[in-house]
Amino acid sequence: MSVHLVNHHHGQPDSLVHRLPAALKLSVALVIIVATVLTPIQWLAWFVGVAGLLVLTMLLSRLPLFFVFRRLLVLSPFVLGVVLVNAFQPAGRDKWLAVAIKSVLCLLTVILVSNTTPFSQILRVLKSIRVPALLITTIALMHRYLFVLMDEAERMRRARASRTFTRGRRFHWRALATVVGQLFIRASERAERIYDAMCARGWK
Amino acid sequence: MHIPDGFIDGKTAVVTAVISAVGVGFALRQVRRELPPRRVPLLGLAAAFLFAAQMVNFPVAGGTSGHLVGGTLVAALLGPSAAVVVVTTVLIVQCFLFQDGGVMALGADVFNMAILNSVIGYMIYRMVCHWLTGIRGRVTAIAFAAWCATVLAAICCAGQLAWSGTIPWSVAFPAMATVHMFIGVGEGLISALVFLAVYRARPDLITETTLTDQPQRLGELVRYGLLVTLGVAVFVAPFACSWPDGLDSVADKFGFSHKMAPLLPAPAPNYQVPGIHWAVGATAMAGAAGSLIVFVLALLMGRWLVPKPKDL
Repeated sequence: MSVHLVNHHHGQPDSLVHRLPAALKLSVALVIIVATVLTPIQWLAWFVGVAGLLVLTMLLSRLPLFFVFRRLLVLSPFVLGVVLVNAFQPAGRDKWLAVAIKSVLCLLTVILVSNTTPFSQILRVLKSIRVPALLITTIALMHRYLFVLMDEAERMRRARASRTFTRGRRFHWRALATVVGQLFIRASERAERIYDAMCARGWK
Repeated sequence: MHIPDGFIDGKTAVVTAVISAVGVGFALRQVRRELPPRRVPLLGLAAAFLFAAQMVNFPVAGGTSGHLVGGTLVAALLGPSAAVVVVTTVLIVQCFLFQDGGVMALGADVFNMAILNSVIGYMIYRMVCHWLTGIRGRVTAIAFAAWCATVLAAICCAGQLAWSGTIPWSVAFPAMATVHMFIGVGEGLISALVFLAVYRARPDLITETTLTDQPQRLGELVRYGLLVTLGVAVFVAPFACSWPDGLDSVADKFGFSHKMAPLLPAPAPNYQVPGIHWAVGATAMAGAAGSLIVFVLALLMGRWLVPKPKDL
């Protein structure tokens, strides 16, 4: 269940967009996001231009359209919520449109970059711009063991569900909390083993 | 509480990014200094744990479900600096890999959820632990601390949104604070239950990490306290004190309020919704009363979950 939920697209990593250097993609994305957030909504040309560029990139990258739209929809509830709140403010009626356009464009930018760039390349870029090594190690380890631990949590949850009938909410919460607590214990035991393995391979 | 792009304007993004960078830099230095190399991989694993734990859904009434957020829990399990690093890592990965939270809003998210939540949560946890000893006291402490930290982070988030001009404070503050007062109850309960589960299975994991190097922690906490105070002063204080009202009264006194009117073409009149100031005041009072009620609840829960204080 977890892997489907995370929904990261790993299909055909061979388009033109996939092959561009990661540093270029990341810096262009950053420029687009910062400029889109800061540009006043009256400059429509900018937003149309960005939208055109993003759609072109999406077509070039050969990501399935359906996949990208589903990501956009899944990630938008908060945007929709705030937009609705703002729509009821007499003053904020044209502001909400601006907020919606800006956040959807930024979201699309990040979706495109993160689905066409392997995470290890992003880490390499972070390293080259002098992000502290400890933070990069932590991010790399998290990314490596994220899916392992998610599967482990799912296995424990399923094992618990197959062995107990649900006896009311109170019992259910305690059982789930035990699963989470056990997950922490397993994670820290795994961390010790990883440290030994890292030392064995010459990590200092 | 992940803020998407477009909700934070330029000045707020820059200020939050600077404050968060200072905070995370300090946390990294602190971790590098005090964490033995043996435990370095634990940071990454704890971040992966936090992410996986957030996928475990706890059923709430009416078919809805909630999940752990976990800043306070990680701070209680690993210490405040490690918690800042761990939660920051989770936020970075969520932002770049899963597009949860905006890139420009990353600074604001890191400040609210990684720094403020972990540090305030840890401070309150330590304070309550100081009064109430034993595992029973700790369970009470973590439940109360998680509630306070959740509500405060939400208020700070509301302040940032209001400062950016996205949502007026009079709407953002009551909405965020009220919703998170309820979310915080769940967060406190789950944090306490998980903490207790870890304690029952491996008590050494907890004592090992939180009971050591207490004097060292004091200076660390003072510095974090300054940073958090600075952030709260920038994001929340301008709305909490009555600047605009003060300006209005000054304008009245000097008799130029009628001259100001055309200069400041307010898109909305000051009091557009009747009773909106009442809502802000009522929310603040509910928060104060709520924290007392939650503390009593946490005390009772500690007694109920931990039958008799046999250890410590």
